[in-house]
Amino acid sequence: MDIFVDALPALGQAWQLILQPMVIGYLMLGVVMGLAIGIFPGLGGIAGLSLVLPFMFGLDPILGLALMVGMVAVVPTSDTFASVLMGIPGSSASQATVLDGFPMAKKGMAARALSAAFASSLFGGIVGAFFLTFFILIARPIVLMFQSPELLMVSAFGLSMVGILAGRIAIKGIMAAGLGMLVATIGEGPFNGELRMSSYDYPYLIDGLKLVIVGLGIFAIPEIIALLRQDKAISDKASLGSGWYEGIKDWWANKWLSIRCSLIGVTVGVIPGLGGSVVDWIAYGHTVQTTKDKSGFGKGEVRGVIGPESSNNAKEGGGLVPTLLFGIPGSGSMAIFIGALSLLGSGELEVGQVMLKNNLNYTYSIVWLLALANVLGTILCIALSTYIAKITNIRFALVAPFVFMIIAFAAFQSGQNLMDLVALFSIGLLGILMRRFDWSRPAFLIGFVLANPVENYANNANQIAGIRFRQSLEAGFDYIASPIVLTLIVITILSVIVGLRQAKNILAEGEVPSGGKRAPLIFLLAVTGFALYALIDAWLIPSYAFVDAIFPLVIASVTVLCGAILLVQMRLKPETDILFADREKNLSEENRYGLWVTLRWFAGLLLLTSLLGFILALALFLLSFFRLRAGLSWVQTTLYSAAGIGFMCFMASVLNRDFPPGLLQSYMTLPWPLG
Amino acid sequence: MKKLTRLVLGAGVAAGLAAAASLPATAADFSGKTIEWTIPFSETGGSAKWANFFAPLISEHMEGNPTVVVKFMPGAGSTKGANWFQGQSHTDGLTMFGSSGSTQFPYLLGDPRVRYEYKDWIPVMASGTGGVAYLNAEDGKLFDGTANNLKGKTFIYGNQGATRLDLIPALAWKMLGMKVEHVMGIKGRGDGRKMFESGEATIDYQTSSSFLKSVTPLVEEGKAVPMMTWGALASNGDIVRDPTFPEIPTFKEVCDATDGCETSGPAWDAWKAFFIAGFPSQKIAFLPAGTPQDVVDAYVKAFNAIAARSDFAEISAKRLGKYPMYVGDDAQAALGGAITVSDSAKSYVTDWLQADFGVSLN
Repeated sequence: MDIFVDALPALGQAWQLILQPMVIGYLMLGVVMGLAIGIFPGLGGIAGLSLVLPFMFGLDPILGLALMVGMVAVVPTSDTFASVLMGIPGSSASQATVLDGFPMAKKGMAARALSAAFASSLFGGIVGAFFLTFFILIARPIVLMFQSPELLMVSAFGLSMVGILAGRIAIKGIMAAGLGMLVATIGEGPFNGELRMSSYDYPYLIDGLKLVIVGLGIFAIPEIIALLRQDKAISDKASLGSGWYEGIKDWWANKWLSIRCSLIGVTVGVIPGLGGSVVDWIAYGHTVQTTKDKSGFGKGEVRGVIGPESSNNAKEGGGLVPTLLFGIPGSGSMAIFIGALSLLGSGELEVGQVMLKNNLNYTYSIVWLLALANVLGTILCIALSTYIAKITNIRFALVAPFVFMIIAFAAFQSGQNLMDLVALFSIGLLGILMRRFDWSRPAFLIGFVLANPVENYANNANQIAGIRFRQSLEAGFDYIASPIVLTLIVITILSVIVGLRQAKNILAEGEVPSGGKRAPLIFLLAVTGFALYALIDAWLIPSYAFVDAIFPLVIASVTVLCGAILLVQMRLKPETDILFADREKNLSEENRYGLWVTLRWFAGLLLLTSLLGFILALALFLLSFFRLRAGLSWVQTTLYSAAGIGFMCFMASVLNRDFPPGLLQSYMTLPWPLG
Repeated sequence: MKKLTRLVLGAGVAAGLAAAASLPATAADFSGKTIEWTIPFSETGGSAKWANFFAPLISEHMEGNPTVVVKFMPGAGSTKGANWFQGQSHTDGLTMFGSSGSTQFPYLLGDPRVRYEYKDWIPVMASGTGGVAYLNAEDGKLFDGTANNLKGKTFIYGNQGATRLDLIPALAWKMLGMKVEHVMGIKGRGDGRKMFESGEATIDYQTSSSFLKSVTPLVEEGKAVPMMTWGALASNGDIVRDPTFPEIPTFKEVCDATDGCETSGPAWDAWKAFFIAGFPSQKIAFLPAGTPQDVVDAYVKAFNAIAARSDFAEISAKRLGKYPMYVGDDAQAALGGAITVSDSAKSYVTDWLQADFGVSLN
């Protein structure tokens, strides 16, 4: 392997390239821009890279790389702010961080959670870079070992994390995951393009629901509403303390966990086609399984922050392998990254095998720029965290409108359609109800995220296995029963068994009281009804497009079956059983406002947007909310509202984005940003 | 440092431009304006690459050096974006649209979701590409310029969708009498190539630029054997060797040499019609219906200036492959070829898709 002989000099050249003042300057610029963008939920690397793309043409390759890598590297670091402080999953990489990070913020330990998260991110990034430096040389044949059956099993392993996050009643958790998967099947079937639970008359649903919207809806909206109803600050402690030092101590105490999760991150990131969507869940599952005292999870256990955060920055490094060596982007931002590479210089950087043969110095530059950006980003984030954490001490009624404004804007970016907001609101409502009746929202999200990979790989594997078996029995078994597949099957089964056994102890969403049969029963009936509808809908898909029907048929059947079992159990058990968990019981004294009264504000924003367009609607919403609900003086109301609108316009113009138009805009042309 | 300053200033400038963008353009001077070029695909595809390549060049060569931003509106395999563009009428000359082969095929096949009409739009620039089919090493040994020795074999191909550009290779292999099993629902040709490399697929095709980049190393290692290109379209309408791959025979040559494959008759006519629609003028930049001539001229002038750059051949060959770029009237002519498919070719393909893939387009 002469490639190993080239590796050391190439590594030296890479450092020579990196350690120039201009390169570090561009890296800093990228890091600062990445942090600024990553703080906003829903705006990740894609938005940032699109922003700098016009400047890449003909730029010196190493400068362009520094700028782009700096930006991509820190997005999973800075989106931790939203996850921890507001319970909003900033991107798919930090979904699992919400589970324990946000409860920590509620307990007044936001700064501690943040710095533990950042220390883990930093460490994960560096472990990832070290690992990659060696691994990238031998990665090609290993990546090629992952054919459809292996990819299917990795997805199934990710799905098995539902076990541990299922909550107190396993069947409810499985049903929640089934519901998530069914929601993910909405739209055009992936094989024959047959429509599932949608129609050409409602074009919005044909493309299916986007992860941004489902993630924000299922996690963020229920939390915002719940906090607003209590009308106090996020944190129930008056002082935050100087927690950042403690967070770093927490990380140090759990450094082995951090190493393991970093390695999980970088290895799963390497597998093409899965990207980062499962990494944090697998890391979270691993964290729970290796912790002796599991009672703290979901209530603010710091290990639940350290695990996922160690994995998600390491994953970015792993994701470089399929991107650089095969030209297969692991994520949307990596796809733009590939496109941008060809614009740099005179186009000498091209992804594929040549990255190893001719451009190993640049490949190593990318790997170590990534690590360096992690260091810079983490230092900045830790420095900022004490200040930004103060947001958890502000009365939430003053924060919520801004948060809602940003979420609505982010949701709209996914499809540039007013329906994005309707979808966000609908999924938000589902999230509120799931939270209320103690249905596992993480299970729902895992199901949603993994439905497409599972369906695709299952179908590919099934088709190819069929062809192989027709050739010979041996060829067939060679294909489906490879050592990797068998190992993964064993791990998955173990993970499910261990997970379900432990799930009872892990209240991912805190204690929920029980009492009263009616409301939980109605919700269960509604969910079962939806699954039944999905079943019938899949049944009606014509036979020539049967491949599009199999997956929803199977999942809907399982979901309906779970629903039936739960219905029987509900008949048999008393209303004090945990089956009838209902957050609205015994909580009335905590809530100053009713659920529907609070929701009305956001329904109002939605309705006004459909009439007047986003900016006019937002102005009315902010003015009336600050004045009527938060009870501010007119001066404060006007100032806050103007700040919100101004900020939104600034963001949109920098990122070159539009706002949702309303009915008004179809009758008259208004100047930007109103029109 | 100049670039750095530009980048930092970018934010401020963009804010200013956004305000200016709403003012109507007088005559055809674009100074201080922002042209929005909408691409009906995601940021990740070949069309994105194409638009991102041209956007800074347009900005440089257009009267008044406007900012050109590429906007992405993915959905329903580009049908969503194209339907949106159909609803746009000329207001200020700052709206441009880029279509691709995947926009052309559903239009030609009468997909029920298509609500757009190519004939309404004004093409200003068109550029093409080619494609190369290749075999695995073992079966490649059996290939002797004809498909005669390949007929007893079963091949596996990762297919993106029966009505997508993949219908060109699928129909070609079928005409050659080869038995190809299609694994449907592949996300992109990159994934198909990875399936080939890992041995799951045994036959594949790539467009020119990705063949050059990713398959050529495999050919050098002896892991892949090029089979045929789709060819290039000569000005007299004949299919000739692809200038990017002069050493690889075209499908037409292979078909001629293979027993039972004919380069005349309904099957050939249908294949050729869809090839012309899908490859030689695959990506077209359009202005909306009703755009006045002076605005059209400004765009045509800019694209002509780009084509006249001394380094254009070099930079475009690297990023887009060696294919002609059609501007103005030539683009109009290229569009004519891209959207004209005889009824017999259309019904042949429709029947074949129904029979082999169970796809019903009615």
